[in-house]
Amino acid sequence: MTPAVSFFGVSRHFGEVRAVDGVDLEIGAGEFFALLGPSGSGKTTCLRLIAGFEKPTAGSIAIFGEDATDTPPYRRPVNTVFQDYALFPHLNVRDNAAYGLMVRGDAKPARRAAADEALALVALEGYGHRKPSELSGGQRQRVALARALVMQPKVLLLDEPLGALDLKLREQMQGELKSLQRQLGIAFVFVTHDQGEALSMADRVAVFSEGRIQQVGSPEEVYDRPKTPFVADFVGASNVLPAGLVARLTGQDTPASLRPEAIRLGDGPLSGTVVAQAFLGAATRIEVACGDITLKVLLPKDMAVPDANETVSLTWDESALHMMNRTDG
Amino acid sequence: MADAAHSPVSDALWRRPRLLLALLVTPPLLWLGIVYLGSLFALLAQSFFSIDEFSGLINYEFTLKTYGELLRASNFDILLRTIAMAAAVTVAAAIVAFPIAYYAARYARGRWKAVFYLGVMLPLWSSYLVKVYSWKLILAKEGILNWLFETLHLAWVLEAYLAIPVVGGNSLSVSWTGTFLVFLYVWLPFMILPIQASLERVPPSMLEASGDLGARPAQTLRHVILPLALPGIVAGSIFTFSLTMGDYIIPQIVGTSARMIGQAVYQFQGTAGNIPLAAAFAVVPIVVMGIYLTLAKRAGAFDAL
Repeated sequence: MTPAVSFFGVSRHFGEVRAVDGVDLEIGAGEFFALLGPSGSGKTTCLRLIAGFEKPTAGSIAIFGEDATDTPPYRRPVNTVFQDYALFPHLNVRDNAAYGLMVRGDAKPARRAAADEALALVALEGYGHRKPSELSGGQRQRVALARALVMQPKVLLLDEPLGALDLKLREQMQGELKSLQRQLGIAFVFVTHDQGEALSMADRVAVFSEGRIQQVGSPEEVYDRPKTPFVADFVGASNVLPAGLVARLTGQDTPASLRPEAIRLGDGPLSGTVVAQAFLGAATRIEVACGDITLKVLLPKDMAVPDANETVSLTWDESALHMMNRTDG
Repeated sequence: MADAAHSPVSDALWRRPRLLLALLVTPPLLWLGIVYLGSLFALLAQSFFSIDEFSGLINYEFTLKTYGELLRASNFDILLRTIAMAAAVTVAAAIVAFPIAYYAARYARGRWKAVFYLGVMLPLWSSYLVKVYSWKLILAKEGILNWLFETLHLAWVLEAYLAIPVVGGNSLSVSWTGTFLVFLYVWLPFMILPIQASLERVPPSMLEASGDLGARPAQTLRHVILPLALPGIVAGSIFTFSLTMGDYIIPQIVGTSARMIGQAVYQFQGTAGNIPLAAAFAVVPIVVMGIYLTLAKRAGAFDAL
């Protein structure tokens, strides 16, 4: 099957800054795909390259197998939900939703019907006559979503779609976006810096650092089997054991990741002093200084929590230690 | 601690924010209320009096006779001429200013932004009279423009243009075209700056969104940029329109001998001593602006504010 979006050695440099640096990527036709990374890692530039707002400095981009490297945004079968929603303030909600159909030249009754249908899809029936300024943040985002979906794109791009919403609304929208994507069966590509969001929503995740992709895989893969120390640390704040230490413990000379929840208190190969405690509700996280590294340990609620400065010994199952590539990228 | 941070006056005012507000607002309100609005109403009142034709004394009885005077052919011509000139200057200023403002708002950064502001503001720093007289020299028969046309062997173009009735004349400096060009030059900054300010507030993502939804650049201009720039264009046109309607120096120095409203007001209140008629003339721009703003509001010019 032809992938929805393909990147072939794509770079985008801004002067000296390599925002995107030699990225190869394939996004499937019906996939919910997350571009995950810290700010400045190139994930948003990648999204803008798909939308056509940026042109690659090198490499080429194909959308459904057709080269789109030099295609202007208004000719691409993709639509974007912007981080700031970018609703047109001088148009009401319905005219915002119908904007794409209006510039395409659809007749007024047809585009009104389509706009109302799209607004119903995002649960905003009856809001057509309001101005964007009269809506809440969550409602504005739904309008932005309806405005993009009314064009029946083959790929929907979402730039930090949940960033501006409060926690409760964010969780609700996560579920709604997911079911919307299943219902429509089109590719959703979304940018986020929130690993929890990426893991819970996406079918596959690409982890970005400094303009390069560190790892592409299912949420389980990037969480359980990080390829590089960066991925281990960024996706779920795993402990990264340096190669020297791993060599001493196992004889294998590579860095390894060790999840905080996989570590138990008890007789084991490492011991150190407790330097910090943080109560997280369902669990308590303690930090244990073992020589020159500090390990995060997640203790379930029913476990006794050691006091600060107490010396503890740490243990884990052999299989919890995951070997990684030596270097990033 | 007895340092400067402990000031009894600041503390007292902090506890009574309304007193502070009153102290700040009262002087400008007095100025606006008494000096400005007061004199405006005195002017309005004058226009409802009339002048005794024989004695030349003002008759302080309410009458609409003075407004009737405005409809007399020679006076009415002045009104039409002035409004037409103000409208032409406003439309031309908007057309010339928009690309400049657009460039400044969307593309100019850092040093180029400074160059833009300097370029727009610099003419405002020199005397208005100096600028108008320089234009007279530029447009005169022996002026730079004539010389340029001759050097390029295009003198016939200029002559053909000057032969056109109404806009032409003996030379550009005594034609309506000359008056128009000087007005356009002098008021242009007042059009550029508000348009630039309104374009500055349009986030780039909004233009990207329009393109993303399939709009070609020309469609984005028409359906997004222009509607959002409209409050700025209207604000700029208020300046260019009212400044042109009230000006009496530019048409005096550059242009034909036919008068505009400003000159009429100047003459009627001065040499002719007909204060009521001068006041009635002065009311016209106020009424025209009122109508203009009402129409602009109805057309939705302020919806994006």
